[in-house]
Amino acid sequence: MSLIENRFDKNFIVTSADFFINWGRANSLWPVSFGLACCAIEMMATGMARYDIARFGAEAFRPSPRQADLMIVAGTISHKMASRVKLIYDQMSEPKYVMAMGSCACSGGPFVKHSYSVLKGADLIIPVDVYIPGCPPRPEALLDGLMKLQKLIRKKSIAKAGK
Amino acid sequence: MLFDFAAVLVFIVISIFFIFGTLVFSWIVRPSKPSAAKSSTYECGEIPAGDAWIKFNIHFYVIALIFIIFEVEILVLFPWAVVFKELGMTAFIEMLVFVGILALGLAYLWKKGDLDWVKGTDYMKDAPMPSDAGRSAREHRSEEKSAKGGSASGGKD
Repeated sequence: MSLIENRFDKNFIVTSADFFINWGRANSLWPVSFGLACCAIEMMATGMARYDIARFGAEAFRPSPRQADLMIVAGTISHKMASRVKLIYDQMSEPKYVMAMGSCACSGGPFVKHSYSVLKGADLIIPVDVYIPGCPPRPEALLDGLMKLQKLIRKKSIAKAGK
Repeated sequence: MLFDFAAVLVFIVISIFFIFGTLVFSWIVRPSKPSAAKSSTYECGEIPAGDAWIKFNIHFYVIALIFIIFEVEILVLFPWAVVFKELGMTAFIEMLVFVGILALGLAYLWKKGDLDWVKGTDYMKDAPMPSDAGRSAREHRSEEKSAKGGSASGGKD
C-alpha cells in the first residue's frame, strides 16, 4: 500500500496520476532473469534481436529480484525448485507481476497426471497474472502475454475501491 | 569572472532537486510492503547460509602493496624519461636514488618471503613428505616406547 493508494475518490487528478503511473509501470517491466526448463530458451530468443522484447521495455533482465518487477516462470517447476521460486517471488519488490510461461507453469503440462516430482502449476505457490499456454510457447506468444499484462497494469487505479 | 561560477551553482541546485525530487516522488508512488524475505540476502532462491562478511587471506593485501611499488615506479619513470635529456645528470642520480629506495623495499619483501604465494615454505624444503612424516612419527613413537621400556627395565634392575 503506497501513500496515495486507496485514499482519494476517483476524479480527474487521480485518473491522470493513474495514467502516468501505469504508463511507467507497464512500459518498464523488468523481468527476473531465471529460467527453469526449456521454455527459458524461448524466453531468451524473445530477448534477442529477432523478437526483441525491448520494444515493450522489458529487455532489462535483472539478476537480482530487488530490481525486477516481473517474474516469468519459464518452465517445469519441480517440487525441489518450488520453494526457491517462492522465495525469489517473496524477495521481489512491489509492485510485482507473474507470468506463467508454458503448460508446465500453467498446470503441470505433460506431468500433470503421473508425476511425483512436478508442481502442478505455478499458481499453487505464487499469484499468477497471465498464463501463456504452449509447450513451449513461441516467442510471439510470450510477447502476447506481455501485452496482456501491460493491459492489466493499465487498468489498475490508486483510487478508493468501489467508487 | 566570479559570475561564471553561477553556472556551477545552477548545476548543483538542479542536481540536488533531481535527486531529492526523484526520491520523494517514488516515496509517494511506490507501494510499501516490507517483509522478512525482502530484507534477507539474495542467494538465488536458497535460504541464506552464513555471513557475507568472510575472512580472507591477509596475503592479498600484501600483494596489493607490492603492486604499488611497481605502479609508483612506472608513474614517475615515464614523465622522467620524456624530459630526461633536458634535465641531465642530476635527474639521473635522483632517479637512481628513488629506484634504489623502491628496490630496497622489494628486497625486504623478498627476504621476508612475501613474494611466495604460500609464505615461509622455504624452511620446509627438507621436511619429510606426508607419507614419510607418518612413518617417522611411528618410528619416533616406537623409539620412545622402547626407550621407556628400557628405562623401566633399568629401574627394575
